[in-house]
Amino acid sequence: MSSIGFECLNVRYGAREAVYAFTDHVRPGEWLCLIGPNGAGKSSVLRAIAGLASHRGTITVDGAPLAARSPRRRAALVAYVPQAPLMPDDMTGMEYVLLGRNPYIGYFASETKHDRALVADVLQRLDLHEFAGRRLGTLSGGERQRLVIARAVAQEAPILLLDEPTSALDIGHQQQALELVDRLRHDHGLTVVSAMHDLTLAGLYADRLSLMHQGHVVATGDAAHVLRPETLSEFYGVSVSVHHEPDGTVVVVPRRNATT
Amino acid sequence: MLAGRRISNRWWLLAALGLLAGSIALGAMVGPAGGIRSANWHIIWNIRLPRVVLAGIVGAMLSLAGASYQGVFRNPLVDPFLLGAAAGAGLGATLVFAHGRSGTVDWPVDPLPLAAFVGALAAVMVTYAFGASFGGTGLTLVLSGVAVAALCTAVQQFVLLRNSDVIEEVYSWISGRLSTATWGDVRLVLPYVLVATVVLLVHRRHLDVLRVGDEEAATLGAEVRRVRLVVVIAATLGTAAVVSVSGLIGFVGIMVPHLVRLVFSSSYRWVLPMSIIVGASFLILADVPGRAFEQGGETPIGVVTAFLGAPMFIIVLRSKRRLA
Repeated sequence: MSSIGFECLNVRYGAREAVYAFTDHVRPGEWLCLIGPNGAGKSSVLRAIAGLASHRGTITVDGAPLAARSPRRRAALVAYVPQAPLMPDDMTGMEYVLLGRNPYIGYFASETKHDRALVADVLQRLDLHEFAGRRLGTLSGGERQRLVIARAVAQEAPILLLDEPTSALDIGHQQQALELVDRLRHDHGLTVVSAMHDLTLAGLYADRLSLMHQGHVVATGDAAHVLRPETLSEFYGVSVSVHHEPDGTVVVVPRRNATT
Repeated sequence: MLAGRRISNRWWLLAALGLLAGSIALGAMVGPAGGIRSANWHIIWNIRLPRVVLAGIVGAMLSLAGASYQGVFRNPLVDPFLLGAAAGAGLGATLVFAHGRSGTVDWPVDPLPLAAFVGALAAVMVTYAFGASFGGTGLTLVLSGVAVAALCTAVQQFVLLRNSDVIEEVYSWISGRLSTATWGDVRLVLPYVLVATVVLLVHRRHLDVLRVGDEEAATLGAEVRRVRLVVVIAATLGTAAVVSVSGLIGFVGIMVPHLVRLVFSSSYRWVLPMSIIVGASFLILADVPGRAFEQGGETPIGVVTAFLGAPMFIIVLRSKRRLA
């Protein structure tokens, strides 16, 4: 299990500051979910961790700065599931998941028997073995999303980044994908940082939520603390009602503005 | 299912090697002097075989380079001439023709292949320098390639208009030719082609990683820019070498990799080696009709490849669509 720390992380695109002084410490095995309106900087935080966005400030994994790592070492520590993965239609499921082994294969080498066996095992455990020989273009959105997660699992990184993992899925497949992540988190002791739009799902699965607005973290804590009607209306500009179920689930329901 | 696919791929590999062997045999047998007899062994060894071998090398290299370019730029419409190699080679050759071939007969080195080679490499280097200064993504490289090619072509046309007496020679060179092939040509290009082939084959797994896009490949630990640079250098070196002796043979570099993908597998692990074998066979076979009817004057090999290749490609495309 690995922890991930942020010390005054700043991400800027040209003149626009996308993330401002993001400071946090995600404990080993914790699931932190970033929420907030579009453009709040959630994806930029994830992209900075994945090494895709240049940034100031430091990101550490188990106390060691991530920026000092080679791309391959970084990929062995952090697996990234992008919002819209590029999945070549004519690639097979097996070939796709095998890409997750790239950080462990030398520049001049190719996959070993161990890599292939590990990928076959991941496909088996995620109930995806029937897609091993299928082309990605013939699969449904939910099946493809599970293959992306399988690729991240094959990467064997202790930290998993999920950028809107469920935005393209129906409610059943959303739940299926998040249950899968939750199970993997407990089986492998993964530390998860995700960005999500669905506030109820975010509160249901994450240990902690951080609400971002215009690059700043404006609230952090558990679902009951962050998902308050007055907070949400202030930063999302919506009117919602929040219900607390007996089991502790926080349900956010949008309301129509009363028109006079 | 996986095992079945791997076995069928192995059979395809054997079939392709058989095709290559058959092409070489056919290439050695066909020609104005007739079939293989001890009496014409001299002709076979000194005239037909170098031509067959050179056709094989050129076809293999252009197909391999095309497949590699398609991989690093993730663009199926790309061929080995994308970054200006063809335009640069064409300009170099045009300058030599304009200077006058008769004046270079007693030079220690034939300037024609040298100029084409240098022209191709220089054009791609300029393209890369511009593209890299604008961000170095696939798209900026392709766009600067378009600009550099346009510039080279403009200069070439200017030179041609000033020296209209060499237009025929230049166009014959541009259309590609293998008729003057000697063992010397083979020795000239082989070192470059071998180095390029080894480097490109080493990178076939990296090309598979690049298929998910620059960003995702980077998160998987790939050093995208380095891979792209090394692959482009190797593919360009090989392309420039074969272009310098064979002229501009089009269509092979774009068609053969697609043929391999359609029939077989889209993984670069297979696309690269199979492109070598199929590309070599294809160009050897495409050169046969031109030699069988040599009496009626030389048919440029570049014309034959497109003439035979285009219908063949459409047939494969159609049959595959129906299966899918």
